Amino acid sequence: MLEISNLACIRGDHQLFSGLSFSLRAGELMQVQGENGSGKTSLLRTLCGFMQPAEGEIRWSGRDVRELDESYLAEMIYLGHLNAIKDELNALENLRISAGLAGYSVDEKEALAALRRMGLSRREHLPVKVLSQGQRRRVALSRLLVGDARLWILDEPLTALDVGAVGLMQELIGEHLSKGGMAIFTTHQPLHVAGVETRLLTLS
Amino acid sequence: MTIHWFKYSAPTTFYGLAGKLIPFFAWPAAILFAVGIYIGFFVAPTDAVQSEAYRIIFIHVPISILSMFIYLVMAGYAALGLIFNTRLSSMMATALAPTGAIFTFIALWTGALWGKPMWGAWWVWDARLTSELILLFLYLGFIALQASIDDPRRADRAGALLVIVGSVNVPIIYYSVEWWNTLHQGSTIKFSDTSMHVAMKHAMFTMLVACWLYSIAVTLVRVRSIILERERNTQWVSELDEVREKDEI
Amino acid sequence: MKKLSLLGLLVLVVRRDLLLAMRRRADVLTTLVFFVMVVSLFPLGVGPEPDMLRKMAAGIVWVAALLASMLSLARMFSADYLDGTLEQMLLVPQSLSVLVLGKIFAHWMLSGLPLVLIAPVLGLQFGMSFQSLWVLVVVLLLGTPILSMIGAIGAALTLGLRGGGVLVSLLVLPLCIPVLIFGTGAVEAANTGMTIIPHVALLGAMFLVALVFTPWVTAQALRISME
Repeated sequence: MLEISNLACIRGDHQLFSGLSFSLRAGELMQVQGENGSGKTSLLRTLCGFMQPAEGEIRWSGRDVRELDESYLAEMIYLGHLNAIKDELNALENLRISAGLAGYSVDEKEALAALRRMGLSRREHLPVKVLSQGQRRRVALSRLLVGDARLWILDEPLTALDVGAVGLMQELIGEHLSKGGMAIFTTHQPLHVAGVETRLLTLS
Repeated sequence: MTIHWFKYSAPTTFYGLAGKLIPFFAWPAAILFAVGIYIGFFVAPTDAVQSEAYRIIFIHVPISILSMFIYLVMAGYAALGLIFNTRLSSMMATALAPTGAIFTFIALWTGALWGKPMWGAWWVWDARLTSELILLFLYLGFIALQASIDDPRRADRAGALLVIVGSVNVPIIYYSVEWWNTLHQGSTIKFSDTSMHVAMKHAMFTMLVACWLYSIAVTLVRVRSIILERERNTQWVSELDEVREKDEI
Repeated sequence: MKKLSLLGLLVLVVRRDLLLAMRRRADVLTTLVFFVMVVSLFPLGVGPEPDMLRKMAAGIVWVAALLASMLSLARMFSADYLDGTLEQMLLVPQSLSVLVLGKIFAHWMLSGLPLVLIAPVLGLQFGMSFQSLWVLVVVLLLGTPILSMIGAIGAALTLGLRGGGVLVSLLVLPLCIPVLIFGTGAVEAANTGMTIIPHVALLGAMFLVALVFTPWVTAQALRISME
């Protein structure tokens, strides 16, 4: 369970938000919304530990995230605006390396299965630079299918995806939630997971 | 009267305190500087070997000592800023850098001016001068790094890391340069006699204190302007007399 | 799917960087070509007199190696920074320091090791004796990793900044001066028939200290730059 208490965030010399408190339990889905510049991305990045909050605490399973470090990082996965894939490598290589960087080794069969699920069959061995933006996003998203991270932090995951892929994403998030995972995300496109009520967090 | 030290670690309160303290450092610095120059240039006797030209050491030595001292103080503030996350410590490190760099620069020039009558060369690659040159590069690197980073917090912390790494390296650099110099049998800038006349000692010490007070005064001035720049969007700054006067013009 | 060990992480990172470099071979070659060019410029600048060149040889090779290292430093993290991979690296559960060590090692293999391998050829051009050439290779082998390690700190601090390679060089070169001094000192000692043990020992000590501290410091610098 993720608990945020009294979180405040400063970017440059401006305060983005303060006094933020919420908790996220297994099976819950939360959407962070707000105007441009209200600190949505900064909040997500603070949850990842890239930025230190100016005030407040982030607790995972009851303990402060700063103490936990490794065990927290092993249980969360972050997808930002950038795809974090290398153009020169093919989808399969990218996926196996991403998984490695997340702490586990994935064999070729598992990786291919994940890529196939993401709709990339017959493209696993092509260098990623020849794929379209949407296909590259799918390669990036395939990371969600390997590994057992319980917390998904997704910053605009649906960018560049076509309708089919959006549906697939919603399905994947649904499966993740039903297995006891949780997800927090921002999005500019509508994202609904069947049978799950999305909690809203508005930053102003 | 209990002094609440942590109160002054906030830029808002330190701004006022610094402003009040400046004259207490500036005036004594000016006076001691005048006294030191007088003793050094007029009272101290002529050196047996180096005649009148040696008098430049009354500027060169105190300023070189201070140039190295300031770097260590910068490293101290940088470490404080990184460990305790206090913005003021980082601002102090940023404020000290230009003074340190200028002192290093003057040390190099005065070293050259001293070397010329001694060896007929404008520059000798002696260990201390060469180390001063490297120190100048370290200062300039710090200033350049902070100048290239837009985000003030990143600039603070990146500069702090650089200064700390640099200060750990300074002894290594110094000793390797020293060793390099002895290997190549270079010339060494040294005093000709082992005993220094008492007037020379007085002059040296006075100038040392003068330079130290000066650097404190000028750093306080600089840190005040850094505070103003960083806090320009806050209310307390817009309420300051200096700022309101400017608005009215 | 099984957990990846620390060693596994190290191997993964090194293989990844080498694989990426192989698919972009030009980058590696340009550093090497630059090194050769700089070394060749000196005789053009100071004249071809053999005795003078022989005396200057070690110094020239070392300075060129320093400059070539500086040039290639920007590449250590910038590509990963730009496509978001570096961000993901900061989230590695095991140890960012080990990951950084892997990147530094891969960087050295791509930009330091080639210099070590080609240095004897260049040394011959300057009329260096076989004994000094051998010493040169040994000290470059010890010294170029130190340059990569110290350089990593500079590269991490200057992530994404304008001013690129020049700024990194400004920050890192002063810190590399001891390596230069002892590296050239060793070759000179060999030339004059003196023992090279103290120089090599000092370089070895610097190598070990850098090995222990620079990955962690670089990791901190990366975190600072990625805020």
